Order: sequence, then C-alpha cells, then structure tokens
Amino acid sequence: MNAVDTSGAFSIIAKENTHDGSLIPILQKLQAHYGYLPKEILVLLAKRTGLPLAKILGAATFYAQFRFVPLGKNLIKVCHGTACHIGGAPKLTDYLKDHLGVIVGGTTKDGLFTLEQVACLGCCSLAPVMMINETAYGRLAQSKIAKIIKEYRERE
Amino acid sequence: MGAVYSKGKGVLSALPFQQEPRIKVGCGACGIAAGAQEVYDRIVGYVNEKKIPVAVEKTGCIGMCYQEPLVEFEGSDGTNVLLGRLTPEIVPSILDGYLKDKSYDPEQIVASSDYVTDEDSFFKKQYRVVLANCGRINPEEIEEYIAVDGYKGLSKAIRSMTPGEIVEEVTKSGLRGRGGAGFPTGLKWKIAAASKAAAFKPEVSKEEVKYLVCNADEGDPGAFMDRSVLESDPHAVIEGMIIGAYAIGAREGYIYCRAEYPLAIHRLRLAIEQAKTKGFLGERILGSPFSFDIRIKEGAGAFVCGEETALMASIEGNRGMPRLRPPFPAERGIWGKPTNINNVETYANVPRIILRGAGWYTGLGTDKSKGTKVFALAGKIRRGGLIEVPMGMTLKEIIFDIGGGIKEGKEFKAVQMGGPSGGCIPKGLLDTIIDYDSVTKTGAIMGSGGMVVMDEETCMVEIARYFLDFTQKESCGKCTFCRIGTKRMLEILEKITNGEGEESDIGRLEKLAANVKMGSLCGLGQTAPNPVLTTLRYFRHEYEAHIRDKKCPAMQCRGLITFRILPGSCVGCGLCLKNCPVHAITGERKQVHLIDQKLCIKCGLCRDSCKFSAIEVV
Repeated sequence: MNAVDTSGAFSIIAKENTHDGSLIPILQKLQAHYGYLPKEILVLLAKRTGLPLAKILGAATFYAQFRFVPLGKNLIKVCHGTACHIGGAPKLTDYLKDHLGVIVGGTTKDGLFTLEQVACLGCCSLAPVMMINETAYGRLAQSKIAKIIKEYRERE
Repeated sequence: MGAVYSKGKGVLSALPFQQEPRIKVGCGACGIAAGAQEVYDRIVGYVNEKKIPVAVEKTGCIGMCYQEPLVEFEGSDGTNVLLGRLTPEIVPSILDGYLKDKSYDPEQIVASSDYVTDEDSFFKKQYRVVLANCGRINPEEIEEYIAVDGYKGLSKAIRSMTPGEIVEEVTKSGLRGRGGAGFPTGLKWKIAAASKAAAFKPEVSKEEVKYLVCNADEGDPGAFMDRSVLESDPHAVIEGMIIGAYAIGAREGYIYCRAEYPLAIHRLRLAIEQAKTKGFLGERILGSPFSFDIRIKEGAGAFVCGEETALMASIEGNRGMPRLRPPFPAERGIWGKPTNINNVETYANVPRIILRGAGWYTGLGTDKSKGTKVFALAGKIRRGGLIEVPMGMTLKEIIFDIGGGIKEGKEFKAVQMGGPSGGCIPKGLLDTIIDYDSVTKTGAIMGSGGMVVMDEETCMVEIARYFLDFTQKESCGKCTFCRIGTKRMLEILEKITNGEGEESDIGRLEKLAANVKMGSLCGLGQTAPNPVLTTLRYFRHEYEAHIRDKKCPAMQCRGLITFRILPGSCVGCGLCLKNCPVHAITGERKQVHLIDQKLCIKCGLCRDSCKFSAIEVV
C-alpha cells in the first residue's frame, strides 16, 4: 500500500487548530480530505497538536461518523429511522446486500459502493429513504433501487 | 391524485412583499429527495427558453411532504397557487398554461388563495407560529425574513427592554423547552442570567464569558422538525438566540447541528453572514454595547450528544459522554462557564413572543402548556409532513383531521411519540390532548415532536425491539445498567420475535426496565425502557401471542411466519423466483412455483413482487 500523502493534513491542522475544542472539526476535515482517518495522519495530528494519541483515538472511535478504512467510490446510506423501518427498510437493506454482494459496512469488489445503514436521515415522510453520497432518494422500492444503482454504474 | 376543488377563499394568503410574479420550488432536504432539484432545473430551463417573465427561487418546506415536490406560483395580483407531486416531464405543460392565462391543471392544485381544495383540511386546524415562514419565504434572503417582521423582536428587545424584562416576558409566556423535557424556558434563562459573569463590558476576560447554545442535534429517528425549521427559516432561530444571549448576558454562542443535515448547516452559515452584514449579529448589535457571535459545531454522529452535558463535552472536543447534574450547565457549562442550552424550536418561538407579547402567547394552549407545538407526522399516515398545532388538540384531530388518517384504508394501531425515549399510544387513548402532562400520563413523552403512526401491519414487539436495538447501540457505555441492561433487554426481545420466547421473559423485561431506569445517569438510559414498557402496557397480548401461541399477529416477525404460494393463483410468471435473494423458489415457467422453507429467509420480497397476490403469509 502506498504511503499516505501528508501535505493535505499539514495544512488542515495548521488552519483548523485555532481554539480549544477544535479536535472534532479537525477530524471531520481530515476525513473529508482522505475519505477516512489513516493511522499515519492520526499520529501526525497527535504530534502537531500535542494532544495524546489516546485522546484523539478516544474521540474518533466514539463518533459513528469517523472511519478507519477507505470507502468505496460511492457511499450508500440506507435510512433505518422509525418511519423507514416500518416502511420496509430492513428488506431494502437485505436487497442491497444481495444485489451488491456486500455486508453492511462492506465495500463492493470493484470499489464502487460502500453500504451502510444509518439511524435517521430526517426525510421520514418519504420513507423508505436512502442517500448516495449527498443525494437522498425517497419513496423507495426494490425496482427503484435497482434503477438508481444501475445509473451510478453506467456513469463509470 | 385529483384533488376536489372549487372557487373560493383558499388557505394560502399573499406575502407582504409580494409584487413581482415568482415561482417557488420547495427545496428542503425532503423535497430534494422527492425530486425537487430536477423540477427546479427543468423550470429554470423552460423559463429561460421561453423567456417567461417570472423569477424562480428555492424555498424551504411548507410541510406537505406527502405532496412533494411542491411548487408555488406567486402572482403580482396577490394570488398564490401551490401545485404538488410535480415531475420534470409535466413542467412544460404547467408553464405553458401559466404563460397563456395563469391556468393550472386542477389535478395538480393542492392549495391556493382562490380555490378551496379537499387538501385544505391539512392546514385548517393548524396554527403556525414557528412554521409561519417555512416554505413561504426564501430562507437564503434575509430581506424576506425582515419583510415578515423578522428581527423586529430583537430590535424591540435591545432598544426598549432590559435583559431582566426579557426574562420576565419569556417567563410570563409560559414557554417550555421544546426539546422534549418541557423545562420552563424563562426559569432556565433566569438562572443563567443570575449566574455570575459580567456580560458586556469591553474589558471582559475569559473568566467572565457565558455561552448560549442551540441544540440542533435532532437525533430521534422519526423526527425532522428542527431540520425543516433550520432549512426553511434559519433567521428565526438566530434571532431567538441573539435575544436569549442579550437576556442572559452571553457573548458567544454555538449551534450544535447534526452533520447529517448538510443543507441546514449551509443555510445557517449563510444566515449568520447576512445577519452580521445587517448588524444584527457581531460587535455592538444595532448600535448597542451588546456583542454576540455564533459558531456552528457539526455533530459527528452520536445520539447521546442531544443530552446537554454530552453535547457540551462534544463541543469541548471530547467523547460525548454525559456527566452528573448538578452542577447544571447554567452554573458550570462549557469549559466550566455558565451555559444556557435550548432547542431549535424553543429559540424560534422567542422573537414572536417578544414582538407580540406574553399575553398573546398565553392565549394559545392549555393551562400548563402554552403556545403551539410542531410535529413531524410520518409512518403509515396518509398526509405525512410537518405540522404545528396549539397545545390542547387531541391526537385524534392531529392524526385524522390534519393527517388524513391511515394510508391505504388500513386500521390505526398506535402512534409512537418521543422516539426511543417515548412510547406507543394505542387507539383507546386517541382523545389524549397534546400537553406535556397529558402525554406523560400515557407512558410516552411529548418529546421533540416525532409522531410515527403505525397500522395493523406493525408488530409492537418488533417495534420495541427496534428501539432497544437503537438505544443499545447509542448508549455511551458509561453506566452499567444502560450499557448492559439495554443489551440484555434487546436479547430477550430478539428471542421473543424469533419465536423462542418463554413465559418468564415478560417479567424479566419489566424488572430490567425498572433497573435500567433507576441505574442510569442521563435521559438516554432513564427513558430507554419506555418503548418496552408502553408496548407491554397496551399491547401485552401481542407479547403473549408471540410467546404462548408462537404467532405474530401483525405477520411481521420472521421467526413466526411462513410464506406460501397459492397454487390456485400462481401463473408461473417467474417474477418471485427472480427476486428471491436466496434462490429458495423453484418452478418451471407457467407452472406453479414452490418455496423451499428450509432456504427461505422470510424477507417477503417474493410477496412484494407478485402481481397476482399468489403468495400468502401464515
């Protein structure tokens, strides 16, 4: 595996490390830059900020947002909020697992999709809902999901 | 769809600044999920192509989520027409009609200033204070907020009231915390104001700083009130925060918002910039000695951070774990400084209370719960969306008169209020009125306003399992009873829904529930057993059916149901075979198919795909 390019991290840390409590915003910016939190970068963060690595890892592992492995090109988040749950979200997740050949949290072999389930996206009246990257899709059914996934594949 | 409509005074009224004709596309996150962006793009494209003299803008959410994507035509003559369920394909014909003689396809009209439609009942019983501007004004233009009396409350507060008078006014209004717990806002402010810290002396040192926080970490699954308000009317929340800061003497503020709400964060950032440019925020607000600034903190995906002490820990850059209270945030908050925390909806009420007076506000609602409450209607309800009603309305009125009853003519079973901290209220209690105390009596809680409606096909044991699965995952792990107790409760519920429940399980659940409630530090653990306790209280027979008869009355629990193909109805089309994820279905084309019960995972995809209703569940 190639070494992680640290130049982005240097400038993010320099720019964001401005006040007490900026650890979480820094982690968010680092993840936005790298797609996940590489080990080398967290070590670098500890050195640059003087914060103990244990504190950084403690915070990073507490929050569901942070990831420690790279993502697929597209992140699919299936909403499992209450309305989506009673609207059939578990079935849709099963369908996606089967359709993509991954487990929840896994990435497809071609690296195109990572499948996640999330607590609630707040689009409850359009349940069931999923989000791919920043785009939300509502009133889902199996056939609609198949069509959406196909569109993403065709864009490649 | 085909709404029934006739000429007459409709529910929409003209905006005070309405002059030039414009088209507004509802672009809240839910509208966008329903396809509003494509509709917006198509409208802009067609308007430019045909050179139609009309402005096209994006607004927030008017609340009729069940009709998304929504587009409103605002005329220069004061007319308004709201069209629903638009698709990019029908945009040209709609705009052609508009260009020709302002005529619209009646099939598409859902509300109007000049037509009475059968969808009007969605609005008729509502009373909109917090949602007054949502979906009506452009949330990205501060001028529009100002034109609907925006920042007038702030200017009244700073120019003609002392901080003490503001606290007094909010106290008199009877406003209670809309985050769910219902603590009197005036009292909270009074304590924070009295907490020692010299407010706005120029030489203020760090020791004297106070903080004011807006809790926008809306984590309850099934709730989207705060998201909609932030996306649709961000200035109202910011104005409320500035008034609060002036009243308690805070110089710095935070909005702690879920990262899952990128649009809300974007619009808040924009609104903060605009408010600063206009002198409502920043140094020497409106020329007074009072200065206040707001920072946005994005949450990182932890439900427990909606709890105020965990939220503060998160702002400080730590793991979001709650701590013991007292000391309360008003005494020792962020970095040990006095801190006042209110929810989005609470702040959005404040400018209106200051502008119109506590007397107006106390005229709304019940004895102990004043004003209005915003609810997010979702689940098996016909008209899902965002609504606001005066306190004191019955659940029946909300679900049936406003929400239009249950989808597909099914039977109402329960309404879930208060998310994972709340409970399921059964049909027999539909006459319960909305106020903090009445809802608490049912075993549920008012909560932040999520209302998820359930029909006969929802299994109440499974719903309890769903919520315990949620709280168990979200427990921060600090308290043993919450960390391990919720896990054990979840295991028992899984056992029951899998058909392996024993007679003693109900008793064990009840005992564990009591212990988890007692042995937990924060609200998450103290209320985590509520979904189990309320379903046990009102739907015990469903638990008993699972345990004794090994039956799921709602036909949902996979361990207790069997899918069968009806030979008389199956035409052998092969659709179920194609859709089965585990290849449990066999059969030749045009021959009756068969499900291998050993392979079947009871996902129900075959039944959903069958066009001949040939698959039954027993």
